[in-house]
Amino acid sequence: MAQFLQYAFSGLTVGAVYALVALGFTLIYNASGVINFAQGEFVMLGGMVTVFATAAGVPLPLAALLAIAVAVLVGVALHLLAIEPAKGASAVTLIIITIGASILLRGLASIVFDKRFHALPAFIPGEAWRVGGASILPQSVLVLGGAAAVVVLLWVFMSRTLLGKAMIATAANRMAARLVGINTVWIICASFAVSAAIGAIGGILVTPITLTNYDVGTLLALKGFSAAMLGGMGNPLGAIVGGLVVGLLEAFGAGYISSAYKDAIAFLVILLVLFVMPNGLFGRAGVERV
Amino acid sequence: MLEVKDLKSRYGRIEVLHGISVEVREGEIVSLIGSNGAGKTTFLRALSGVQPVSGGAIRWQGKDISRVAAHMRSRLGIAQVPEGRQVFSPLSVEDNLKLGAWARRDNEIAADVENIYRMFPVLAEKRNIPAGSLSGGQQQMLAVGRALMTKPKLLLLDEPSMGLAPLLVDQILSSVADLPKLGITVLLVEQNATAALAISNRAYVLETGKIILSGEAASLANDERVTEAYLGL
Repeated sequence: MAQFLQYAFSGLTVGAVYALVALGFTLIYNASGVINFAQGEFVMLGGMVTVFATAAGVPLPLAALLAIAVAVLVGVALHLLAIEPAKGASAVTLIIITIGASILLRGLASIVFDKRFHALPAFIPGEAWRVGGASILPQSVLVLGGAAAVVVLLWVFMSRTLLGKAMIATAANRMAARLVGINTVWIICASFAVSAAIGAIGGILVTPITLTNYDVGTLLALKGFSAAMLGGMGNPLGAIVGGLVVGLLEAFGAGYISSAYKDAIAFLVILLVLFVMPNGLFGRAGVERV
Repeated sequence: MLEVKDLKSRYGRIEVLHGISVEVREGEIVSLIGSNGAGKTTFLRALSGVQPVSGGAIRWQGKDISRVAAHMRSRLGIAQVPEGRQVFSPLSVEDNLKLGAWARRDNEIAADVENIYRMFPVLAEKRNIPAGSLSGGQQQMLAVGRALMTKPKLLLLDEPSMGLAPLLVDQILSSVADLPKLGITVLLVEQNATAALAISNRAYVLETGKIILSGEAASLANDERVTEAYLGL
């Protein structure tokens, strides 16, 4: 039982980060139809910029804000310089552009920063808490709480502000959005910015636990993508559930089967989803009254 | 107020509008009739900016706007009710209306939402329901309401009667007929030529991307070429 709980805690912690990555995929996919494989690089930037800023003497909260700002700038630049000029291109072309952007960002990070692994001190120092024989780090609780806060804020933004609703409107029907005077280029740009911020927050929170380096983004993007697929591409709730499920499966798989297969589990999930239920857990088959 | 000169538009290499000239004066209801595939929808989309123009000019209140972005044209006072409603399905009726006022910065938005509810009382009952679950007729009313929320001077209406029961067609078209009293000029595209001519001042007949006839609505309604081709008489 203690062992089970231990695996569950670590699965939920890492799953929360996958959920944030998946949420980033969902936002951009909904607004623009693009699957942004540079999503993992936002997480990397969040961690790396915070590490290097704190090392340069910037206080942690400020360093974290700086990291979010850098990720947002990169997200906006990605949209304006790479995605928007290619509008009208096929989905595959756009995906390849984002993969190219991801490779470019990784390369830049290896030059601007370095290729070593870096850690941050835990934001809440102190001993691990004992729960039912398992131990949970205060930082893990912070990751889960932070992810939950991001989800709630995003929900409030989408359902309570006109800007959030304009994003939903743009996602639902871009032509109609333009006809009521919504600058859809700007709205899609905003969705890249919000996605980047969400990814960076995940990266900042999880770095004290998992460490970070210039190419952590690749695996995170693939796992976040599996999570989004599992939940049903385009469904925010599905992204969150998918992220937590992939994290849990990974932790249990590593614990009960073999840690050698830890990374393979996310890909097994993708294959199973594609074979068994291509719409994912919460995906809709796209039926609508007209 | 709107003067279109020799407007051309193409999909890829195929030109679908071969130089269309249309004029709409303030306070009029002008209809554009023609069969399926004549280019009516493409023409309206070119006016509102969501369809690129490959030649000609669109003069709006004296200025050429054929290169102005779509989202800016609605700020200039041109609103379009697109073919097939195109409401924002996941959002509530009320949110659809509020988004119609997206570009407005005045204080009368809430009052205008209430005006739309007075015009279409059924929408008031459904204000918190997702637009995608409304019936076709209700979605059409919502699409008209959303376009009116932009406070247009010119309303472009694309096939408002499509797929609706005759009773609803009458209701929608009689709301359209009242628009000039509210200071809104109307350019109406319809396959239902009888209904369109009945509420219009003037009309143009479009066939395979060209205007082949134009004139007073009443005289066109009696023109043999129109009655044979479009009125099924």
